[in-house]
Amino acid sequence: MIELEQKSAAPTFFKKHQESFYKSLEDKHTTLEFEDNDDPLNSRMVLNMGPSHPATHGVLRLLLQLNGETIEKAKLDLGYLHRGIEKIAENKTYQEFMPYTDRMDYLSPYSNNVSLCLAVEKIADVEVPDRAQYIRMIGAELARISAHLLWLGTMVMDSGAVSFFIWTFREREKIYDIMDQLAGHRFTVSHARIGGVANDITDDAMALIKEFVQTFPKELKGFHSMLDRNRIFVDRNVDVGVVSSDKAIDLGATGPILRGSGYAYDIRRFEPYLKYDEMDFEIPTRLEGDNLSRYYVRMEEMHESIRILRQCLDRLPKGPIRANDAKQAYPSKDEVYYSMEGMIHDFMMTDTGICPPDGAEVYHAVEAPKGELGYFIQSDGTGHPWRLKVNAPSFRNLQVLEHSLEGASISDTVLIIGSIDPVMGEADK
Amino acid sequence: MSHQSTHNDTYNDILAFVEHDRGVTQPISVYRSTSDLTLVVPRDLIIEKLTKLKNDHHFIYLVDMVGTDRFVEGDRFEVLYNLIDLKQGRRVVIKTLADEDDPVLPSASGIWTNASWHEREIFDMIGVHFTDHPDLRRVYLPEDFDYFPLRKEFPLLGIPGSIDLPTSTPDQEASS
Repeated sequence: MIELEQKSAAPTFFKKHQESFYKSLEDKHTTLEFEDNDDPLNSRMVLNMGPSHPATHGVLRLLLQLNGETIEKAKLDLGYLHRGIEKIAENKTYQEFMPYTDRMDYLSPYSNNVSLCLAVEKIADVEVPDRAQYIRMIGAELARISAHLLWLGTMVMDSGAVSFFIWTFREREKIYDIMDQLAGHRFTVSHARIGGVANDITDDAMALIKEFVQTFPKELKGFHSMLDRNRIFVDRNVDVGVVSSDKAIDLGATGPILRGSGYAYDIRRFEPYLKYDEMDFEIPTRLEGDNLSRYYVRMEEMHESIRILRQCLDRLPKGPIRANDAKQAYPSKDEVYYSMEGMIHDFMMTDTGICPPDGAEVYHAVEAPKGELGYFIQSDGTGHPWRLKVNAPSFRNLQVLEHSLEGASISDTVLIIGSIDPVMGEADK
Repeated sequence: MSHQSTHNDTYNDILAFVEHDRGVTQPISVYRSTSDLTLVVPRDLIIEKLTKLKNDHHFIYLVDMVGTDRFVEGDRFEVLYNLIDLKQGRRVVIKTLADEDDPVLPSASGIWTNASWHEREIFDMIGVHFTDHPDLRRVYLPEDFDYFPLRKEFPLLGIPGSIDLPTSTPDQEASS
């Protein structure tokens, strides 16, 4: 699994890149450390892990300098999944760009759609009907549970229990079925539209969500009773990968990593969007900053998501699901097929799209499962953004990883990566 | 707008920045577009002001940095710092400009450690250099790449031959 790379072996590919990457590891902390050249036991080595390693959750590449089993220095190499999303965005209309956001954090595509929509709606001043906002909240909270379930399965698998992965995937499968009914797709949903959502929630989807809200807390309780007092799991995770609260802020940690280190920073409370200001929920926080505290934070977040889902289902208002202004949102299919204006507007929305005012700037963030997911948009008055920047939580959390790996044991590397829970599609853009 | 003016009250200490530096040749300007209060700070003052924001106004959390290409002559590139004050729960954006011929800015990684990767990303995508940066390498693209893809003149389809790709057939790879 882990391949040892000899420094003397000349790289054959991206030569300059490889050389500078290895050199950056060598240069790290050189001002602080005394280099002792006599190493009779030959316990120092440089270890290359990834980019295609089953435990790196995608194409993350780590370069570790080891002294025996301890990691002395670590460097990360990103970009193996870089697709130039931001460049693509500058050449697409806002709505056309939405399917690309699905493929950023591909474990919770719904949150990404909502995030983009909210940013565009803020810059173009679009009013969204209440029902659409509630449907978006339902989708986003389901996406959070789905993403956290994947984290739970892989993290427990990383600490040694493979069958757990199957059980969390059984629950994720239910969420996929709901998404199938709700949005028409299981995985990359693209359900949100600028000004609302694509289609109303169906009775089938409603029944599935209600059933899920009923049954899932029991499953979650089962997961808790499996792990909370599990000696192997706790011993593997307690005091591992500690990020102190000062360090978490200084390194720009976000989401469960920041909350696991003591800051109750959640965008749903900090800058409430959609209808989160009307919802009653807690922000789970821990002080220890180790793997186990992140475990508790994420598990409790799933509880809170279920609470929010219940409130959404109770309060779901009746009404339209998309802004009724043909200059701002797509007209309904009934209008498109049976009226000339509807068809013209549909064509205009597809061809030109929504045009925010010239020179306007916006930053809007949502609390995605991994942390603060923000979109910065600069408009030049046309239907394409002049500049669109994604503030990806995984990118920021990986920077925390680079620092928190130092001093850890090589056997904990995989666990620490698991608890940071990066998605490379998002980190690499 | 009444809402906006009441919102500005919480930013009085930041707005005092602007008053203070009114007499300077390149003053700090302030505006609010669709969302956050934005201060445009000249580049020779940027580190001083950012340090002040962190130490005196509790903006201890750097959320994001954005590099943009305005595609104009002179001060062509913009770099934005998105800062959060967790005590009062407020957000402010600091903007500074970089010159087209000499796109160099001082690094903020001494103030917030996480500026390091954000600056590497801006260097990678826009080509703005940061002085005193601990490790200014490209973050996504290989070092062998010579262009800055988020500059407006860079074509969407890329530049053919700018990155050598591995041979697609395994046989060729084995023989070489």
